[in-house]
Amino acid sequence: MAMMNLVEALNLALDECLRERPEALIMGEDVGVDGGVFRVTKGLIEKYGAKRVVDTPLAEAGIIGTAIGMAAAGLRPVAEIQFSGFTYQAFHQIEQNMARLRNRTRGRLSVPMVMRAPYGGGIRAVEHHSESREAYWVHTPGLKVVIPSSPRAGRALLRTAILEDDPVIFYEPKAIYRAFKEDVPEAPETWPVGRARTLRDGDAITIVAWGAMTRPALDAAGELADVHDVHAEVLDLQWLKPMDTEALVASVRRTGRVVIVHEAPKTCGVGAEVAARIVEYALDHLEAPIRRVAGHDIVFPFFQVERFYLPDAARITRAVLETLQY
Amino acid sequence: MPRKTFDIGLVVEELSILDESGRADAALDPKLPEATLLKMHRFMLLTRKLDERMIMMQRQGQMGTFAPGRGQEAVQIGSILPLRSEDWYSPSYRSFGAQLWRGWTIDQLLLLWAGYFEGFGLPEGVNDMPMSIVIGSHVPVAVGLGMSINYRGGDQVVLVNFGDGASSEGDVSEALNFAAVYKAPVIFLCENNGYAISVPFQKQCGVRSLAQRGIGFGMPSLRVDGNDVLAMAAATQEAVDRARRHEGPTFIEAVTFRMEMHTTADDPKVYRSDEEVRRWEKKDPIMRFETYLKSRGLLNDAGIDRVAAEIEEELRVARDRFAARAVQRPEEVFDFHYAVMPEELAAQKREYLADLQQALAEGK
Repeated sequence: MAMMNLVEALNLALDECLRERPEALIMGEDVGVDGGVFRVTKGLIEKYGAKRVVDTPLAEAGIIGTAIGMAAAGLRPVAEIQFSGFTYQAFHQIEQNMARLRNRTRGRLSVPMVMRAPYGGGIRAVEHHSESREAYWVHTPGLKVVIPSSPRAGRALLRTAILEDDPVIFYEPKAIYRAFKEDVPEAPETWPVGRARTLRDGDAITIVAWGAMTRPALDAAGELADVHDVHAEVLDLQWLKPMDTEALVASVRRTGRVVIVHEAPKTCGVGAEVAARIVEYALDHLEAPIRRVAGHDIVFPFFQVERFYLPDAARITRAVLETLQY
Repeated sequence: MPRKTFDIGLVVEELSILDESGRADAALDPKLPEATLLKMHRFMLLTRKLDERMIMMQRQGQMGTFAPGRGQEAVQIGSILPLRSEDWYSPSYRSFGAQLWRGWTIDQLLLLWAGYFEGFGLPEGVNDMPMSIVIGSHVPVAVGLGMSINYRGGDQVVLVNFGDGASSEGDVSEALNFAAVYKAPVIFLCENNGYAISVPFQKQCGVRSLAQRGIGFGMPSLRVDGNDVLAMAAATQEAVDRARRHEGPTFIEAVTFRMEMHTTADDPKVYRSDEEVRRWEKKDPIMRFETYLKSRGLLNDAGIDRVAAEIEEELRVARDRFAARAVQRPEEVFDFHYAVMPEELAAQKREYLADLQQALAEGK
């Protein structure tokens, strides 16, 4: 066991995969000599060389497009897009080739690659460095989408994503890159694809969150227990595609109430799909309307006021109490 | 001297071996084996006749919208000639000739363009990519294939085919840049057929030759008479040899002309004159090649007729095979999305199959 933050845990997962799998490689802007702008790939070029840790030209479609080609040829590229706000430049490659090469070759070729990108607000960044657009990828057939919420999860899920034979979008909650440390086991872990995990048990209400939003969700759950004697279950969805419908339904059957938390804009955010599934499969167990504590349908605010946009423990707590009083 | 010409070490060369009357420049003639020349001729003729047949079938409602390639047969067959089966070939949607050469069966191509998913199956024994629909999007992927060859070592190459319209796409520029930076063994075959649907070359870009694009990214580039199959073969062979020697990518602009509509859904009379089309008829690639073959005593009119008759028979047989294979398989639409189908998708499939059964029962 070793205590480490999310950046260190992701670095460890990459290191382990490169060591074990000769077909695995890393590519992206500044991932080599610089070690990545968030230092997630720090030290790897020294260990594995420039052939396996590739500093690329500054061109996102080029990065994702060539990674797709390498994956189709049997390699296992982990392509970093420096900020998720720059993935738009590669959108068409993800949609047209990454997600569907298996289909458009009737299974002859596959794209076992990972696109890593830091997402989300809360780091006082310039424009286009803070948005959460995970819903785009959830909408695209052929992709898998996962977001870790802690160092141990980050190391396990990145390894899982790299070993998957399908393309995986791996979004990293940069707001918690270095926010806290967690014990990470000695041996590498893979976690099942499409499984949520319970971060805190409770019976009064289910709070569904993922990525960085699990932190205010846990804070709210703590306050609800300490101050209001309300025991909320916090479910970390982790995989947005495929989604753990079973875990959602099981939790709602126990609690009967749901608050969904995400920082992406509310309309057609992944929370809408979560709510839809709960209504489809557990309506009879609902005792109150589903509430969404989400970002708003606006351009992500400049960082001086981003704290008013991002869901926090206070907003979550209020939504929980209102849902309980329904 | 404060101001002087900066030598970038690259110039655009132009290559043509057969003149318009079919006479070869003896010094440049690649001197291909006779059997190869006759095979090339057969595939050029097959490509044209398949086109004609498919247009007819489309007009009769037996074929979906597709992109005919009459006039571009020399680009297709000349460029594919130097490729080995283990090399990668990444076609555009107007690459029938090269695809036939690579081993696509006629019935497979008919299935694809008649809207049967089975048509997407790639031929065995070659490393082919599926044809590209979204313009230029396959070019960075092709460069990635080239980078994988460098990663593993070996002397495979990648040939990627795209058009003059695609040259405007950012993807193509990014791909050229990556290939140049990593010295990827890629041959960029830019088939300049004069028009991107209705937009003529002169309105597509501000360069006199698209070969400048390759130069701009730092790779050797060649402007080739695309209606001259010998020039296409020689130019591509040179580029393939360079790539196999690990000397990196080459850009080839093949100057040709799209004699037909963009697709069967297009009416070219709206944007170009008959006179322009007639000018290009005189440069017909098959006619020129046949003149050459005749001058070398390899083929005569009777021989050409015999080949044509054999092709007609081949097409007839292939059409029957296509008709037998043209079976709707609505139950397979969920396949080939993931290595293992996730449960949420499997649940949708169960629902779909139940609906399908209902729809079929109702005679939909």
